[in-house]
Amino acid sequence: MQIAIASGKGGTGKTTVAINLAWIAAHQGRSVAYLDCDVEEPNGHLFLRPEITDRQAVVERIPQVDLQKCTRCGRCGKICQYSAIVSIGKTVLVYPDLCHSCGGCRLVCPTGAITEIPLEIGSLERGTAGAIQFVQGSLKIGKARAVPVIQAVKSVSPQVDLVIRDAPPGTSCPVVESVRGADYVVLVTEPTPFGLHDLRLAVEVMHALKLPCGVVVNRAGSPANEVRWFCGARQIPILAEIPDDRRLAEAYAQGSMICEALPEYETVFAGLLDAIARQARTVAA
Amino acid sequence: MQELVVISGKGGTGKTSLVASLAALAERLVLADCDVDAADLHLVLSPEIERREQFSGGSRARIRPGHCSACGKCLELCRFGAVAFDGPGNGRVSKTYRIDAIACEGCGVCAYFCPEEAIEFGPVVNGQWFISTTRHGPMVYARLGVAEENSGKLVSLVRREAKRIASERNLDLILVDGSPGIGCPVIASITGADLALVVTEPTPSGLHDLNRVVKLTRHFGIPAWVAVNKCDLNLSLCEEIEGRAAEQGLSVAGRIRYDSTVTEAQIRALSVVEHRPESAAAEDIRQIWTRLEGVLRERQREPLRVIS
Repeated sequence: MQIAIASGKGGTGKTTVAINLAWIAAHQGRSVAYLDCDVEEPNGHLFLRPEITDRQAVVERIPQVDLQKCTRCGRCGKICQYSAIVSIGKTVLVYPDLCHSCGGCRLVCPTGAITEIPLEIGSLERGTAGAIQFVQGSLKIGKARAVPVIQAVKSVSPQVDLVIRDAPPGTSCPVVESVRGADYVVLVTEPTPFGLHDLRLAVEVMHALKLPCGVVVNRAGSPANEVRWFCGARQIPILAEIPDDRRLAEAYAQGSMICEALPEYETVFAGLLDAIARQARTVAA
Repeated sequence: MQELVVISGKGGTGKTSLVASLAALAERLVLADCDVDAADLHLVLSPEIERREQFSGGSRARIRPGHCSACGKCLELCRFGAVAFDGPGNGRVSKTYRIDAIACEGCGVCAYFCPEEAIEFGPVVNGQWFISTTRHGPMVYARLGVAEENSGKLVSLVRREAKRIASERNLDLILVDGSPGIGCPVIASITGADLALVVTEPTPSGLHDLNRVVKLTRHFGIPAWVAVNKCDLNLSLCEEIEGRAAEQGLSVAGRIRYDSTVTEAQIRALSVVEHRPESAAAEDIRQIWTRLEGVLRERQREPLRVIS
């Protein structure tokens, strides 16, 4: 089963939920993997402290032009939708950071002057954190495209009972890539106007992708009525509520796992894991 | 005219709440909400929309099922996994190929090479953008369509419009609310800005993400200041963050104490400096603004001085 933890708004507690679910599952003796798909700012490792056993570069293909063979016909520049290759006067300029690696320029080049060379855009790390299999991607600083790094993370997803993907905040392409192909999506929100607004956006994304989802309300202080009304009206289950407990924020600030620092919360995450499994089964049936 | 962009690396550190307060404190400014895929500033500033425009950042392919011969060329060439073999049949074939609009990257390669010319390829609307009026001044913001791409282009457009308004109305400050992360929309938010204010929090994630976002600002040559929000959540880590910032040649703009009136203000669609001017958070934010205002004024006077 593949579960993605997403949110819309940043800082609502995606990573907290993801790592504690992984911890509980491992504690129950299930084989579990944690995939950090927030490749712009991967944070799961700060809490899981994995032992990294394998590191590799994530590369994309970008064009290289052999000016001896090039006739300056300009077809490469015409097919490119991203202005990443331009034939100007006697030369052809390539802008690697604009390239989406579609391969169009190489295909249209009539003289075979274009080959593709690798460009490093990030890294992929694998290891273990106790019984938890760990994978994370990391976008290289200054590189714009997170999606291929997320794809690299997903491509090495271990064969286990439960895979937990920790998604980035937002609603655009990196989020879409992180949740695509998941069996169930957990949206973590907080009962504030920003939290609710961004939850609505995230729900729209999941509906557009036809992915089943449920909600975790974090920092649920006074009854989170507006979130409840919204979820009720949209028939989205509320899977768990995590109280607004300053000790939770402090445990996070110390880099601790909640289930370890505050064992009374074990039941909250165990309950959440059960609720997710139940929902995912209902959807599948 | 100076452009100040507020970013964070980690999400949820309080960028938007801080921007709303800075907007209340600053004068003669235009606001630009560049967190286009989860814009929230309008929830606090209740803008009146003056102008609404559609945004098209790219194109998309669509197969006309009646013309498809199911040769599979599109599937062979697409590198984005956007081609599925589950389209409706026609007189010639029982099934046709179909483009998944969400997975399509808009490269046009399938359309170019389709031997049947069965693939339409053209611009699509990816979102909307707005020019509006708020109680603190004009604001440009946007809404990226659901699961859409090209957020970087939309960010650039929002900044360009804000800059145009600033020069037409002779305003002094462009205040930009950025998005979390270090990828495409963040790069589009900071390139060419005068000053970046990085908002972080005293947690291991806050520290880790600050390091990455600061490398990014340096990569693009943007001078950066750091503010630690909810500083009393872990004072020793707060000091460590400020120490690291100083080592990296950054300046510290200040600390903001953890204060529940910030959320109260958000619920009332106000910034904390408007809602509870006497609160701890409001006091801290005023100090930060005084410091930044001085820096911006200094830069205005000596536009050619390079700050690294």
